[in-house]
Amino acid sequence: MNSLKRVVLFGATSAIAEQTARQLVAQGASLYCVGRNRDKLTALIDDLKVRAIDHQRIYGCVADLTDIAQHAHLIEAAEHILGGIDSVLIAYGTLPDQKACQLNASMTRQEIETNALSVINLLTLLANEFENQQRGVIAVISSVAGDRGRQSNYVYGAAKGMLTLFLQGLRNRLAKANVDVVTIKPGFVDTPMTAKFDRSGLLWAKPEQIAKGIIKAMQDGKSEVYLPWFWQGIMLIIKHIPELIFKRMSL
Amino acid sequence: MSTPRSWNRLPRVKPNAVYALSQRGDCMLDTLPRPLLAYGNGRSYGDVCLTEQGTLLLTRGLDRFIVFDRKQGILCCEAGVTLAEILALVVPHGWFLPSTPGTRLATVGGSVANDVHGKNHHAMGSFGHHVRALELWRSDGSVIECRPGDSVGLFSATIGGLGLTGLIRWVELQLMPIHNPWMWVESQRFANLEEFWALNRRAEASWPYSVAWIDCLAQGKAQGRGILLTGQHAPAQAELPVFKEYSKRIPVDLPFSMINGLSLRAFNTLYYWQPLKRQVLTHYVPYFYPLDAIQNWNRIYGRNGFYQYQCVIPPCEAEAAIASLLDTIARYGEGSFLAVLKTFGSKPSLGMLSFPRPGTTLALDFPNRGDKTLRLFERLDAIVREAGGALYPGKDARMPASLFQSGYPQWEAFDKYIDPGFSSRFWQRVTL
Repeated sequence: MNSLKRVVLFGATSAIAEQTARQLVAQGASLYCVGRNRDKLTALIDDLKVRAIDHQRIYGCVADLTDIAQHAHLIEAAEHILGGIDSVLIAYGTLPDQKACQLNASMTRQEIETNALSVINLLTLLANEFENQQRGVIAVISSVAGDRGRQSNYVYGAAKGMLTLFLQGLRNRLAKANVDVVTIKPGFVDTPMTAKFDRSGLLWAKPEQIAKGIIKAMQDGKSEVYLPWFWQGIMLIIKHIPELIFKRMSL
Repeated sequence: MSTPRSWNRLPRVKPNAVYALSQRGDCMLDTLPRPLLAYGNGRSYGDVCLTEQGTLLLTRGLDRFIVFDRKQGILCCEAGVTLAEILALVVPHGWFLPSTPGTRLATVGGSVANDVHGKNHHAMGSFGHHVRALELWRSDGSVIECRPGDSVGLFSATIGGLGLTGLIRWVELQLMPIHNPWMWVESQRFANLEEFWALNRRAEASWPYSVAWIDCLAQGKAQGRGILLTGQHAPAQAELPVFKEYSKRIPVDLPFSMINGLSLRAFNTLYYWQPLKRQVLTHYVPYFYPLDAIQNWNRIYGRNGFYQYQCVIPPCEAEAAIASLLDTIARYGEGSFLAVLKTFGSKPSLGMLSFPRPGTTLALDFPNRGDKTLRLFERLDAIVREAGGALYPGKDARMPASLFQSGYPQWEAFDKYIDPGFSSRFWQRVTL
């Protein structure tokens, strides 16, 4: 089982990451949390400090992760403060307005930049660190949306799909170095990011459920996990609909 | 999103909009349709947490702790934190809530806004007595920190203020020290009301927690028979039992109420005659929150929902009025397994509209049988009014405006503290 004693969270104030952080703290972990919004990050860190006991270290750092120039420095700082890194969870991202992206190429590029390219930049640096230390877990929140392009959400889907594929290759490479690379594919989650949707119905999950699944997948060194589990079945069907039919559907 | 409802699932009303708060610094509230009203975890009854206009602000997303001073037992947290979350944090550090209602699933904000009370009111007062400070967001965009005894009086308006003085964003509480999570609990049977009064007087002198369950259907000489449950936090023990919490849930809405005259009579008789042990070491969870073990227990009353009737009667009128209330209920032939009798202590509540006051409180649930139930309440209202008593807003879906106004004489003075951007269906109903 992988150790989750010293964990770095990128995008720590996202609802899923926040719940993951609380559960990790309850398990005795020390955390280095990176978030973009200062007020949200302060509220998160205060809360985690109340939940932690004395020897646990809880640090926060305000940074915009789309500014890739900061990545190397952030990893170094986390390593220094935690005295080494056992695992990393990359949880930041945006949910693009698909319609707006269709009308605006630079917005589309910006979304791909945020959700895929900046993450790939971060992963490239992290991969070398982890390869050197010959142990650890890198977990990334991708999405079921990355499994197949759909008219309603393909900018987001393409970015997450790129991540999923990148992680596949990285997993293959780092397997020799005893490092686990975990791709997390949540379905619909009841978070501020999805506030615009009607969230009634059985498919919607709570962030704390997803967080529990993430921690388990990281501990067990899983490769790809759908959260909750039933999305695996749903996506299996969606992936296997012939393109000839799929292109006429409005999913 | 399904429409937020109150715990008794009555009345069924829909706001114009619902907005889920996730950060206490959220200032996007200016654009929302007004009036606003906070909705916590949906544990109050009736319509104090509902509105037919404007926007319901869901506060459960404000669930962060802010500071916990483990030496002094002072906890500051966001208003959407539940009492269960607080207890999970503070009990292992040797602290406890000095006042807690019969569910730990209420939020801190809701506990302040209804100035809730517990089995130890006679010793510790109500929830508001343990609030050191709170922060209000007002609809004009101002943010006000209130403390007890503030010159403006906004603190005492907000304690028991039914969420009308603005949005409570965080609360600072003074906790109470304990030695472990266990309670010494003693149960004693009493054969009628007369025995209750005598027993209760003695119990309150020597136990910090005391509450009575009564068989609301017993008549004649057995009227008011029941069981008095007293408790205290256990001192350090050489050995403690093991406690594992189990919770069950009622999976579906039942089409009709499982509680009727027949099932209730059988249940009450069995419950009354259960074998009682003298003093038992009981974990705080089953002692304080027996019903929390059954999630959605409100579903047993069926699709039509239910009412709770909770009143308080001043000391000098209490014996006669309680007897008369029980008499009326027993003749009606229905009531609830949950019939609770408790005397409040003399500590004056801090809130202008607080329910707890010296006297005796009686609380019962009734399945909603339409007019028949409402007619019973009118008869009970007459007794309460006659005795100079009051009903509990946090448990009410139907009290007449006149009864509210006579029970809460400060309601007009309270008016100037109301945030003009806030209102509830309850408030509109009782201030007609």
